[in-house]
Amino acid sequence: MIPLSHILIVSSALFFLGVYGFFARRNLITILMSVELILNSANINFIAFNKYLYPDKLDGVFFTLFIITIAAAEVSLALAIIINLYRRYNTIDIEDTKEMKF
Amino acid sequence: MNGTLILFYFLSAIVLVFAAVSMFTRKIFRAAICLLASLVGIAGIYLLWDMDFIAALQIIIYVGGIVVLIIFSIFLTHRASEKLARQSLIRRVRAMIIAIAGFVFTAWVLLSTQFPEASPASSNQLSVEQIGIQMMSYDKFGYLLPFEVISFLLLGALVGSITIAIKHKKI
Repeated sequence: MIPLSHILIVSSALFFLGVYGFFARRNLITILMSVELILNSANINFIAFNKYLYPDKLDGVFFTLFIITIAAAEVSLALAIIINLYRRYNTIDIEDTKEMKF
Repeated sequence: MNGTLILFYFLSAIVLVFAAVSMFTRKIFRAAICLLASLVGIAGIYLLWDMDFIAALQIIIYVGGIVVLIIFSIFLTHRASEKLARQSLIRRVRAMIIAIAGFVFTAWVLLSTQFPEASPASSNQLSVEQIGIQMMSYDKFGYLLPFEVISFLLLGALVGSITIAIKHKKI
């Protein structure tokens, strides 16, 4: 049996890799990829807790299903916004599109 | 050291290494491919825990849908062999400090927490039939209402993304 704390260490390492990408990148598509990594680390946590602490219940599985669905919705919407942005400004760098900055 | 443990460390090494390459590389297409490999590794970890349904869903939706969509939009917005601009040092250092501080804090909390003893491995296999029955039931512990809400959210997101990405004709 894999110790639970090792799983949680792996998933938090994945989470903070995503956080690094989220803060260090300036390209919108790579920021979207880091958000995917963050959501996946949350999924691993839900499945691990469901498997280890409450193995006779299914709630972690349902939360994972809903997170995957929300990720799909988020990616489709974000890519539509990115393509629209590229069409208008010819760039998807977050520092170059400053029309809505205060 | 039994086989499951070795397999778990191997899979998590794959996941973390590919995720790190995907976050640190400057070629955006390589970042997408490494993200794909990392997601496949996560599906392997789910298979290790007998979560067949979630692993299949991970492969179908993430690898077959989301990463392909990301690759399409990379081809729509970049030239294929173009490198991303190098980020300023202060930006990278700041992000690295945030990430490392957060990871150290989280690891410290995790290692000092005493989790309740892992219950003995249940023999009842997680069946898709069980998931379907609980998802569609509306009595206690049923998930019918969140299911409906999430389906409306997905519908709204798809209609909204079509509306945003549609090309308006110049009049």
